[in-house]
Amino acid sequence: MIGINQYLVVAAIVFTLGMLGIILNRKNIIVILMSVELILLAVNINLVAFSVHLHDLTGQVFALFILTVAAAEAAIGLAILVTYFRNRGTIAVEDIHQMKG
Amino acid sequence: MIGHALPEFILALGILAMLLLGALGGEKRAWLVTELAIGVLGLALVACLFQPSGATVLFNGLLVDDAFGRFMKALSLVGSIATLLMAMAWFRRRGLDQYEFPVLVCLATLGMMILISADNLMALYLGLELMSLALYVIAAYARADARASEAGLKYFVLGALSSGLLLYGASLIYGFAGTLGFAGIAAELQGPASLGIIFGLTFLMAGLAFKMSVVPFHMWTPDVYEGAPTPVTAFFASAPKIAAIAITLRLVSVAFPGISGEWRQIIIFMSVASMALGAFGAIGQTNIKRLMAYSSIGHMGFALVGLAAGTAQGVEGVMLYMTIYLVMTLGTFAAIIAMEIKGQAVENIADLAGLSSTNFPMAFFLAMMMFSLAGIPPLAGFFAKWYVFVAAIHAGLYVMAVLGVLASAVAAFYYLRIVKVMFFDAAGASFDRASLTLRSLLAGAGVLVMVFWVWPGPVVAVTHHAARALMQGQKP
Repeated sequence: MIGINQYLVVAAIVFTLGMLGIILNRKNIIVILMSVELILLAVNINLVAFSVHLHDLTGQVFALFILTVAAAEAAIGLAILVTYFRNRGTIAVEDIHQMKG
Repeated sequence: MIGHALPEFILALGILAMLLLGALGGEKRAWLVTELAIGVLGLALVACLFQPSGATVLFNGLLVDDAFGRFMKALSLVGSIATLLMAMAWFRRRGLDQYEFPVLVCLATLGMMILISADNLMALYLGLELMSLALYVIAAYARADARASEAGLKYFVLGALSSGLLLYGASLIYGFAGTLGFAGIAAELQGPASLGIIFGLTFLMAGLAFKMSVVPFHMWTPDVYEGAPTPVTAFFASAPKIAAIAITLRLVSVAFPGISGEWRQIIIFMSVASMALGAFGAIGQTNIKRLMAYSSIGHMGFALVGLAAGTAQGVEGVMLYMTIYLVMTLGTFAAIIAMEIKGQAVENIADLAGLSSTNFPMAFFLAMMMFSLAGIPPLAGFFAKWYVFVAAIHAGLYVMAVLGVLASAVAAFYYLRIVKVMFFDAAGASFDRASLTLRSLLAGAGVLVMVFWVWPGPVVAVTHHAARALMQGQKP
């Protein structure tokens, strides 16, 4: 029988993978965008699992809102990425160091 | 019910009208759209100030309209209006005066207003994202500038990460408290909190700390402040900070009064660390925008001292601090935007050398801003710090108050260094004559900062009442 705990563990693993993807990634900003999506999906798993567990629809409504906002966020992220690429000709993470200190 | 959300409705409908006008008229209408935006924001400010008193819950408990929210919304609206006033001419001179900028500022402001009045984690998230998505775009608004697009990219990546953290926290709170409403969460949290709630609270605070730019989630601030166009930096330093502080105050004092021992630890750590980093990080800076970034990190730390006290007096201190911080920041950035030599913007502290001999009024008012930011009496900045530290001492946080005073003594060093550069160094090239708007903003902020001690009564009375109203649900 799969209960709430299994869902929470899966969500925690996906969330951690997303975090590690952002922190350890040294290559490409697209990978960071994918990691952000992973984090948001982990949150959605959590919310839907809790929603079913609590017999309360609010969590599923929240999950739908998150999906919508995630789409907008990805669009804006890619747009900023394109302007960055036009200016610098690279999207490697280690090249983003014009300003520091 | 519509009446209680009138400022938000005015702003939302105004944004639609502006978009339509801009889309039909093209680039030629940019100036008109900016003026319309200032008008709509002003109208929303008036509607905000003349709301009926008392607290009303709106939209089935998603939003709440209360004295605290009205005060903070008015502050963010003032920040947005001042930004647009400062930005208009600056962008026009650089050929960047498209109609999208005022629309994005208004969208961000609408997000802030929803965020400030949120009474539910879902409304909190939607307000926060509406604000952040617009802010990501205006950080990278100067498309052809490599530094601006790098600032936008950094802000976006870290901002998306922080909203992920905040959401994970919200999902845990939802699961363990069984509801998303702040009042419902508070009702569930009688007695010791479960581990899930503590985890959720920590993630929520991490996400909000990013928006307030307090340590340990401050790392984006210096880069974004330096890279973004200066009027955009002025906006980042003013209105969104107020919204983020406001929702943090509301969240912890309405939803989590039952576990104040837990969240006060987090706030105390973030506050002390931010004050220290703001004081020491700024010492070596040569770029004035970068220096203001560290300064704002430090000031957020000082503001949180009041919240760490966990009392109504502390909340009142934070509200006063943010009011005075807003005036000081807008005044300082009006001066920074006016730093132009032959049409070229300069942003090094060394460029201010000898300003007192080339432009005495600007040097004088900027010096007043610096003295006030450093917290030297009798300027307003001193009273801002005074109120939060008194609240901390009343709550028994003696060590924290001493650390705060030490941090502000260290911070005084770099503010005074700017005054020294302006008054005692040999004069360099003089700045272009600034526009009337910038001069009057700087002078207005300077006068406000100087005369605050004469008549602080009205502001103090409003914050006193609003803070008590916010803390009503909390046990003494």
